[in-house]
Amino acid sequence: MRKLEIKDIEDIALGAALLGAGGGGDPYIGKLIAIGAIREMGPATLIDPEELADDAQVAAIAMMGAPTVLAEKAIGGNEYRALMDMVSQFLGKPLDAIFPIEAGGVNSMLPIAASARMGIPIVDADGMGRAFPELQMVTFTIGGIDSCPMALTDEKGNTVLYRTISNKWTEDLARAVTMSCGGAVSVALYPMTGKQLKEYGVRNILTRSQRLGEAIRTVKDYEESGTSEDHFLEFTEGYKLFKGKITDVLRETRGAFNFGRVLLDGIGEYKGRNAYVDFQNENLLANVDGEILATVPDLVCLVDAETFSPVTTDALKYGKRVVVVGLQCFEMWRSKAGLELVGPRYFGCDTDYIPVEVRCRGGQKND
Amino acid sequence: MIKLGIDVGGTNTDAVLIDEKMEVIAEIKRPTSEDVYSGIVGAIRAVLDVSGIDPGQIRQAMLGTTQCTNAIVERKHLAPVALIRIGAPATLGLPPMVDWADDIRAAVVDSIIVGGGFEYDGSLLAELDEDAIREFLYRIKGRAASVAISCVFSGVRNEHEVRAAEICREVLGEDIHVSISSEIGSMGLIERENATILNASLIYVANSFTEGFARSLADMGICKAEIFLSQNDGTLMTMEHARKYPVLTIACGPTNSIRGAGYLSGKRNALVVDVGGTTTDLGMIRNGFPRESSIAATIGGVRTSFRMPDVVTIGLGGGSIVREHEDGTVTVGPDSVGFEITEKALVFGGTVLTATDIAVRLGMFTLGDPERVRQIPKDLAEKAMGCIRTMAEDAIDAMKVSSGDVDVVFVGGGSIILPEELQGASSETKPAYFGTANAIGSAISKVSGVIEKLIDYDKIPRETALEAAKKEAIRSAEEAGALPGTVEIVEVEDVPLQYYPGNTNRVKIKAAGDLK
Repeated sequence: MRKLEIKDIEDIALGAALLGAGGGGDPYIGKLIAIGAIREMGPATLIDPEELADDAQVAAIAMMGAPTVLAEKAIGGNEYRALMDMVSQFLGKPLDAIFPIEAGGVNSMLPIAASARMGIPIVDADGMGRAFPELQMVTFTIGGIDSCPMALTDEKGNTVLYRTISNKWTEDLARAVTMSCGGAVSVALYPMTGKQLKEYGVRNILTRSQRLGEAIRTVKDYEESGTSEDHFLEFTEGYKLFKGKITDVLRETRGAFNFGRVLLDGIGEYKGRNAYVDFQNENLLANVDGEILATVPDLVCLVDAETFSPVTTDALKYGKRVVVVGLQCFEMWRSKAGLELVGPRYFGCDTDYIPVEVRCRGGQKND
Repeated sequence: MIKLGIDVGGTNTDAVLIDEKMEVIAEIKRPTSEDVYSGIVGAIRAVLDVSGIDPGQIRQAMLGTTQCTNAIVERKHLAPVALIRIGAPATLGLPPMVDWADDIRAAVVDSIIVGGGFEYDGSLLAELDEDAIREFLYRIKGRAASVAISCVFSGVRNEHEVRAAEICREVLGEDIHVSISSEIGSMGLIERENATILNASLIYVANSFTEGFARSLADMGICKAEIFLSQNDGTLMTMEHARKYPVLTIACGPTNSIRGAGYLSGKRNALVVDVGGTTTDLGMIRNGFPRESSIAATIGGVRTSFRMPDVVTIGLGGGSIVREHEDGTVTVGPDSVGFEITEKALVFGGTVLTATDIAVRLGMFTLGDPERVRQIPKDLAEKAMGCIRTMAEDAIDAMKVSSGDVDVVFVGGGSIILPEELQGASSETKPAYFGTANAIGSAISKVSGVIEKLIDYDKIPRETALEAAKKEAIRSAEEAGALPGTVEIVEVEDVPLQYYPGNTNRVKIKAAGDLK
């Protein structure tokens, strides 16, 4: 158990943005909401899953909708209490703790605000270990855990409680209501026991985000010795896939998602070579000189070639110099059930999943 | 009719005179004074002396100044502000100024979040709570000199902000200074609200620099001139407008340089490379205006939503120090001898090898005593010039939006060190008067109007919607002082929004025209 204070927020947000793998939006507003809550209510309490009793009742807290709407309306502040009341009333027992659903700009931050405001601990575990675009893409789906009863509320006080026949249905129905409520809502979902979270959750997610954030923030200390890139890769346990300059960004919005491809021309030791990265909100696949070097569910992250700050898909633009880094995903995603849910074929990529460390073997791996 | 352009920078105060054919008559550079005004008066006197122009002929005077930026950065002369945010029940969970440093936060004496605001599509979020606003205003009466008002989605509809401003004047009197966020920032409540608070805190500074400028003009016999201030988007505002929106003068310096360079070279679309003694600034002109940055600008530690030019700065200038390393490689900069170049560079009898010395050694131009650099090995000089070339070419490439070549305009005293035929440049221009491009940029500025809104093209066909929005932008430019008939659309941004229903786009249009 430890306290999360204002000074911890910056690094967690920065590290979570890296684990967002291009998605999750600009962490700025999420960061402010977390800081605002801690300033008013005092620090949040972070606990390890092992500190939870097996029969403890927990649920994830998240935001659904458009980051641009969140940037105008922020949150009302009473949403978390309303969500907690709805879920506990339905289950007939109070929530002992909450946890984040994913790692990414906004959804890593809001549960911290919720924890500070409700005075219950936040568990150091999530359901993705990264960010994914849809609600059913969590390890809990593999474990057969229901996303429902899911509680949804807007800042005006409208509430909806969902009971659906599948997690995919929850996603579809929740999206429809989100739009009617003004484009951004708060939800409590995947209520489960402490035992279930221990079994299926991705552990240490906030602590890992914070360490990664700290590493990115301090990597400039190695600038003079010219080893900042090595340090970045060592800290993140990342595979360097490519280093290049963005020459074009092709975008298309289909449904609620932002699809695209970013084209790269090699720089430095990659001069003369080409690569592209495909994305659907999050980065899906990295292809270097015609060879696929990483795919979902492994993380394909673009970072600024000098500062190593994560570059989200909405901030991609011509001329930006980036390093493409592959990170191993949570082990459970590599199972058959995991790949059915979030493997390359689910996202329309015509390739089987091969782990990033296997694809990179043979000269590409940085070691 | 003669125009007078003045730019007050950190080091120099520049003044230029321009005739009705828009030709430069005279230019002058004077050191910026501690009190700013004696520097301005000195520059005006000098430029009048040099040109022999009768001060009575000057009908328009334009000033670009860094005083607002300095006031915020130094936390000096800030007015006590009261903040009203309209948006409850939304936004209550995110109080204002949560990430501000205590010393600047102290400028706000009191704040409140009241009911009101809109949804993304313009529908009502909540009724405006007028009683709460009145009660708050009675509470702060006598304590605040200025009121800042922000509102959820006021970029879509601003009626609640306008109504709240009326109530302020009812309760606190007609003279109270009120800043509303829809007239200052764009999308993103917090950044827009921050900019509005800063604006409200700058009213004392705004009064002092507008009055001071008017006084210094009057002292120099310039009595018939209309007075304008430069904004950071490369357009002008009247003195009256500047008193209301002083924050918009922030960072007008780089903007004026870029526009001045565009004007001097006759290019409406080009990349401007402004080489100083220590650094080089690169910016793009698009339809005569600087390209704006997509990244939120931070002023004195406060994140804002200002319209800032997209400028890349690299550590390369005339005074950049050149070093040969043990492994035979050569580096240029990023450190520089700066303003001491006339003592320290080899050509001036100094002992430090600078970028300027390299250019003289290679015979690119003559400066100081070329004999003093003859001993530099040709091989070393060529390696250093190769390094300068790479730095310039990389920076040019980083500024481009596509892989095609662009026209490049060089300004600034240090631009003599750059080699010709840079990769990525389809043409290269070094115009006359390149040293005072910023004051010229100020003098030739237009006036503009901007509108920004969310439009669902499934509800209104795209063509119809854009046409209506363009008309609105033109009207807004005319209201700001543009001569009807000269106003044209200079920028259209049309961005599809992720996660929105239907086919919603964020549309931003800017129109600009000549001064009346």
